[in-house]
Amino acid sequence: MAVTKVVMPKLSDAMESGKIIKWLKKEGDKIQGGDILAEVETDKADVEMEAFGAGVLRKILVPAGESAAIGALIGVIAEPGDDIAAVVASAPTGAAGAGSGAQKTPLRPEPTPAATAGAASAAAPSSRPAPVVPAGASVAPAARPVPAAPAAAPVAAAARPAAVVSAPAAVPAGLGQGGRVKASPLAKKIAAQTGVDLRLIQGSGPGGRIIRRDVEAAGSGAASGAAAVAAAIPAVAGAEFEDVPLSQMRAAIARRMPLSKAPVPHFYVSSEVAMDHAWELREQLNALEGQPKISVNDCVIRACALALLKHPGVNASLQGDAIRVYHRAHLGIAVALDEGLITPVLRDCHAKPLAQIAAEARDLVERARNRKLRAQELSGATFSISNLGMFDVTEFSAIINPPEGAILAVGSVRRVPVVDDAGLGVGRRMMLTISCDHRVMDGAMGARFLQDVKRLLEEPLRLLV
Amino acid sequence: MAVMTYREALNMALREEMRRDPKVFVIGEEVGLYEGAYKVTQGLLKEFGAQRVVDTPIAESGFTGVGIGAAMAGLRPVVEMMTFNFALLALDQIVNSAAKMYYMSGGQFNVPIVIRGPGGPAAQLAAQHSQSMETYFYHVPGLKVVRPTTPMDAKGLLKSSIRDDNPVIFIESETLYNVKGEVPEDPDFTIPLGQAIVRREGTDVTVIAYMGMMYRAMEAAEELEKEGISVELVDPRTLRPMDTETIISSVRKTHRVVVVEAGAGFAGMGSEIAASVTEQAFDDLDAPVERVTGANAPMPYARNLERLKTPSKDWIVNAVRRVCNANGATNGHASGS
Repeated sequence: MAVTKVVMPKLSDAMESGKIIKWLKKEGDKIQGGDILAEVETDKADVEMEAFGAGVLRKILVPAGESAAIGALIGVIAEPGDDIAAVVASAPTGAAGAGSGAQKTPLRPEPTPAATAGAASAAAPSSRPAPVVPAGASVAPAARPVPAAPAAAPVAAAARPAAVVSAPAAVPAGLGQGGRVKASPLAKKIAAQTGVDLRLIQGSGPGGRIIRRDVEAAGSGAASGAAAVAAAIPAVAGAEFEDVPLSQMRAAIARRMPLSKAPVPHFYVSSEVAMDHAWELREQLNALEGQPKISVNDCVIRACALALLKHPGVNASLQGDAIRVYHRAHLGIAVALDEGLITPVLRDCHAKPLAQIAAEARDLVERARNRKLRAQELSGATFSISNLGMFDVTEFSAIINPPEGAILAVGSVRRVPVVDDAGLGVGRRMMLTISCDHRVMDGAMGARFLQDVKRLLEEPLRLLV
Repeated sequence: MAVMTYREALNMALREEMRRDPKVFVIGEEVGLYEGAYKVTQGLLKEFGAQRVVDTPIAESGFTGVGIGAAMAGLRPVVEMMTFNFALLALDQIVNSAAKMYYMSGGQFNVPIVIRGPGGPAAQLAAQHSQSMETYFYHVPGLKVVRPTTPMDAKGLLKSSIRDDNPVIFIESETLYNVKGEVPEDPDFTIPLGQAIVRREGTDVTVIAYMGMMYRAMEAAEELEKEGISVELVDPRTLRPMDTETIISSVRKTHRVVVVEAGAGFAGMGSEIAASVTEQAFDDLDAPVERVTGANAPMPYARNLERLKTPSKDWIVNAVRRVCNANGATNGHASGS
């Protein structure tokens, strides 16, 4: 047996301390590795904090509502018989154990030998406190048990996951990996005999396992309700609907987006950009041997970075009583994933030539798709770009990613009829729509910025100098 | 029927079989003049004489070998181990001679021997004298292993063991010798080997236990009944051959299984039964088979630690609640292993 110190995890590079929003376990609760102990508020997001040790949550040292420095002892997990006095006493009040940036992985358990003698380790479970398992024989299988703990640190937020990004999405109680339904063999047999669809049943057994009583309850409900109409309406094969549980990433997006859209007053400015020259230049550049391939988006990134330097009011963020104006352009690039989206940050775009932007952006996107991004690559953007051009989208508007002040939505480059001095011809056009935080800037500022982006793209040699 | 102790029932079985068959004799430490360390052989020397009630030196391997030889020569020895822990000294004789002779002699020699004595946890007999020795023997092809829980079973099964033409390991318990129960006085009463018994009918969960653990399971069943959980108690009585048929039919009725054993759980009787149930009744299970076993540690001498090492009523109650998904169940396996 071991005593596990629970320390404030370091959940993002910029994080110095975290605030306990609430403890999901209380003192005396039995803990298994992977259980979610508490919700922690960091500078970036609310993150669920996972237990790395097993035993009983013996002591909570930092109550809900209070903050602790990273590395500081905030709780102790141990067996009921273990002596934790020394561990508790070793907790410096509010001191940061880890210092700055040394601790890459949060919540590493630090097992220390238990004080009890070996023979006593034959402790009877009957001496352990606090029953945990819910659901009695009389309880209807309606209440879903607490969702299963994710296998690794959860993704913190849609666009700015502060935690480890390679974490697999969590699965709900009833579904295992790959959506497998957990049911007892007997429940499966009865379901097969009675034609009950196990996917539609909430399990009341351990870990959400569907057991006999769940199938029987579902079967009797279906029989009594459906029997009356069964004759009139021909049966349709398959379920009418299914509830796909939220992945951690989806849940984070769902939680976070209203926090932007509701409190941040958005306004939108659109402009059509003639992309003929940029297209031509891009083709010439891509024909050069030994040069990284350059995408339209790379050109947009470069154009935005240069425009942001000229219009620092757009490269800005509301910080309480002040507007923080950034002198460097760190661009967030939204990357669509199957289960949501993520926005890695390409830093110092204003200082990087197009080829470097192209190479680095490609690397970021690839690693985002492979869930190989580092935490620091997910925070610190001053402005974001969301490009749906590959989906043949004319135009759209994006939701600002707080605390950033603006985001640019990029549509497809379309071949359209254009009228110029020579008459009717075919040209390449692209719609840009900027969403701006009206608390930070006004319409004219957004429009001037967009005008400059347009000019940079329409006279693309400017991107090269 | 007469009410008598487990000890008296064993004594009755020996006496009846010795009267019935002159080839039956008793051999072991203190079985004669002292009338048995636990008085199971009381009065036998007086009735049957020193030819048939043989005191030996403290030499388990030697007198077990004598018994095996006598059995090969046509007698029916009942070898007493003062406690079954001492059978470890005779393990080679039992495993390599008694169990294999019939096979290795191509059927020329069978070994109709009974090796009996108390085993399992008792009361502060400490690490070397409290072992659940059945695990050492039921693994061996060629041995039958009996663990009788009640006085009636003690008599009926000992008589069947003596009449069996092959070696039988018959393990009693110090803690049960004074337990009283009804025992048929009929000298022809026997209980066949390999036949389990349902000691209590129930509908919600099958608890499989034997010896002292069965008595704790009975207490647990009483308590669980008050919570509305109906427990069926199955006592295998003979561990090898195991009556899986009775176990499986009970599982098909209750759909949940808890196996209790006093010894440490690793590769124990619970593992064997769990495997059989999974193989033969998988589609009838509504919950994983749960084992309640002794802790994975030598038996401590201290009374409080001894209690922590051995499954209690509460452990069984808790395990049953868990497989029934009932209120009040605590997490984690009951065994200390």
